[in-house]
Amino acid sequence: MVPLSYYLVLSGILFACGVTGFLIKRNIITIFMSIELMLNGVNLSFVAFAAHWHTLAGQVFVFFVMVVAAAEAAVGLAIIIAVYRTRETLNVDQVNLLKL
Amino acid sequence: MNVHLILFLAFGAIAVAGAVNLLVQRHPINSALSLIAVMAALAGEYLLLGAEFVAAVQVIVYAGAIMVLFVFTIMLLNAGEEERTQGSRIAFLFGIPGMLLGSVLVAWVVLKHSGTEAVAAGGWTDALATVPAQSVPGSPETIGPLLFHEFLLPFEITSILILIAIMGAVVLASKPTVPGGGPPQKVKD
Repeated sequence: MVPLSYYLVLSGILFACGVTGFLIKRNIITIFMSIELMLNGVNLSFVAFAAHWHTLAGQVFVFFVMVVAAAEAAVGLAIIIAVYRTRETLNVDQVNLLKL
Repeated sequence: MNVHLILFLAFGAIAVAGAVNLLVQRHPINSALSLIAVMAALAGEYLLLGAEFVAAVQVIVYAGAIMVLFVFTIMLLNAGEEERTQGSRIAFLFGIPGMLLGSVLVAWVVLKHSGTEAVAAGGWTDALATVPAQSVPGSPETIGPLLFHEFLLPFEITSILILIAIMGAVVLASKPTVPGGGPPQKVKD
């Protein structure tokens, strides 16, 4: 049997890796992947708490988080394609103007 | 060391290694593949927690659909290696020790403190209580009625959200052919 805190620590490590990637990465696609990593870390804690409290609501919440993540990925990648089409770069340091 | 703990540690090691590899790799396609490894390992963790439906959806939607979208975009845009930029020295001097200190503190509090002290009402006294495997039957058979009765309104709202996201993605990613319509044309300067 695995204690609940182990799952929470693993979830925290994954979330911290996501935050670190969001801050240090310069490629806009990798930054987006770091956001997905953060969402995965949160999902793990949802499922761990659902198993701990013997309720299924946490798992339904994970389902909704996944749906929102899918919608976010579709719109975000479309935005990335639009940004690349106008700027011809994926480096966020060079995407610093609102207006072309 | 029972089987559950060994499996938890194995899947957790894969997940953490993939997450660190995502940070270390410079080419986006390598980061995407390591993120797929993280998601597959997390599906294993969900199976250990008895959440079979969530594990299946994790593999199908996350490791399947979303990551295919990512890899497809990386290939479409022909993304190369990212160039490293010099961060500030102060961030390196204070940020990394501060981050280590904070994470050690949080892990220590979670692992030691919350097991012995009652934090608040609501039964948060047994944070170190074990999570019994297969305690929650998270099969589609039990998730389905919950999703379509208690959570029917959020379910319908997310379906509308998905519809809007599809239309938004099509509008944003489509080539601007009609002048005046769609995203702005590229301006040469």
